[in-house]
Amino acid sequence: MGKTLAEKILSAKSNTEAQAGSIVVVPLDLVFVQDSTGPLTIRQFIETGLNTIHHPQKTVVFIDHSAPSPAKELANDHIFLRGFAREKGVVLSDIGQGVCHQLVAELWANPWDIIVGADSHTVTAGALGAFASGMGSTDIAIAMALGKTWLRVPETIKVIARGRFPDGVYAKDFILHLIGQIGADGATYKALEFSGEAITSMLMSGRLTVANMAVEAGAKVGLFPSDSITENYLRSQSRGEGYLPLHPDPDAAYESTIEIDAARLEPTVAQPHSVDNTALARELKGIKIDQVFLGTCTNGRLDDIGLAARFLKGKKRHPNTRLIIAPASQQVLLAALEAGYITTLVEAGAAIVPPGCAACLGVHQGVLGDGEKCLSTANRNFKGRMGNPNSFIYLASPATAAVTAICGEITDPREFL
Amino acid sequence: MLKGKVFKFGDNISTDHIVPGRLLPLRSNLPELAKHVLEDADPTFAQRVQKGDFVVAGNNFGLGSSREHAPLVIKIAGVSAILAKSVARIFFRNAINLGLPVLICNTDGINDGDELEVDLTLGEIRDLTSGVHLNFSGMPEIMLHILNEGGLIPYIKKHKDFVVSPTEK
Ligand code: SF4
Repeated sequence: MGKTLAEKILSAKSNTEAQAGSIVVVPLDLVFVQDSTGPLTIRQFIETGLNTIHHPQKTVVFIDHSAPSPAKELANDHIFLRGFAREKGVVLSDIGQGVCHQLVAELWANPWDIIVGADSHTVTAGALGAFASGMGSTDIAIAMALGKTWLRVPETIKVIARGRFPDGVYAKDFILHLIGQIGADGATYKALEFSGEAITSMLMSGRLTVANMAVEAGAKVGLFPSDSITENYLRSQSRGEGYLPLHPDPDAAYESTIEIDAARLEPTVAQPHSVDNTALARELKGIKIDQVFLGTCTNGRLDDIGLAARFLKGKKRHPNTRLIIAPASQQVLLAALEAGYITTLVEAGAAIVPPGCAACLGVHQGVLGDGEKCLSTANRNFKGRMGNPNSFIYLASPATAAVTAICGEITDPREFL
Repeated sequence: MLKGKVFKFGDNISTDHIVPGRLLPLRSNLPELAKHVLEDADPTFAQRVQKGDFVVAGNNFGLGSSREHAPLVIKIAGVSAILAKSVARIFFRNAINLGLPVLICNTDGINDGDELEVDLTLGEIRDLTSGVHLNFSGMPEIMLHILNEGGLIPYIKKHKDFVVSPTEK
């Protein structure tokens, strides 16, 4: 019988005929933690008594969530993480280098890889055809020690996006629309597998956005086949040798199929306090926004910053709307500087913060005040997510974010085309 | 046999409801962190919960971040098991890895404040207040073994590896 992408990768890596529902044990191509889950992972690792890291060069400690540290407790956690990385010889990615998932895409992930990280958005690397999934600290502690983990082979939902996106509509609108349609638990335990014209023509930056948010529908993994866009992206990162073709079999068995007519999508926004509470940007016109945040592992890439710069060129942010921009990595920041985007954005009134998670998780660099509303390009708008349960988060594309910053209220970017 | 009182929650209780990111500075101070458990869903929960009590929820409990601190502080708070209609994937695995039972069942007939009895070996839940009896659905064998060992670390200490039979589902 034919195989889905998930079944193909897990069969190859486990040397078994893995089918949806089977349990496999697989070797890992990359294991990582970040600074909010890392300290517990390391304490659990110590607790196992195993003492050695299976493959230090395939094990990464990222300091990106509270980076640079905003509190002494977190600074102490960072000392602990750096000390561990040094002692065990694992790779350390320190403050300012960027968000873990962006760096995994830039530096490590290849088609057919299996990647696990102590962060739910590990799914991002599915854009490159890697079976990448988030786990908790104890699972990751064991993964670091043994170099393998167990996985239940997920059933797959095939998502076919037909046609092309209209102007003003982006990958973010597509994934928000999909989550709005299937719900925040619409793909729990499942793999999402993307296909169709809108997917094959999607740039790597957009694929990373879509894969990143697979977990917001509960999915274990969000997988893309590999193609020339994958190959070119890897080449651009000087990793062309990592490219391998990856496609599902034509007779693979899917649990269900969802078809989306990309040509009919409109700019979409997730309203507080859940990602599946979606509406069209034009329906929310008039909602005043106190802060716009552009960045994160969802939409902090060069294409995203470039898009925002295009809308904001020669304009100013609304006087009542703050604009915070966090490039997802050092490479993104340097390229955005080079392209002149940063100048444009600073002239428009943006506050640029260092590469990292920044305001996304509510510890620093843009915590919201009581009653404030933020429009963010991140992936989550749960109550309290940005540091204050008495605040409200809307999620949208970088284009919607840029025009909202200009108008001071939620705005459909097509008004500016 | 587990026995205790029910704290009932709704659908989509996220890891941000359980341990929000703003409490990140407390993550290496678990007893302090546990004082805030589920704070953004019910600010009085931490003071009222007693050893042995149950967290009972609707759909998609524990969605969101992979932070294992979420099931960990629920466990530290004394909760003996979580019952829900469905549970987010990472949270489910994390809880079992910590030896905290997560039981998937139809929780509609269980109300806040009810007295519950749970027999893990028989797979039975008895609501002593309403008289409702329920069974909970199974989990993959490997998770059951991990739970029976008291969590993933004791499991690995004993087996040194994952033990999976080729036919396991
Ligand atoms: S940017 Fe936000 S969602 Fe992404 S890893 Fe950082 S905290 Fe998590």
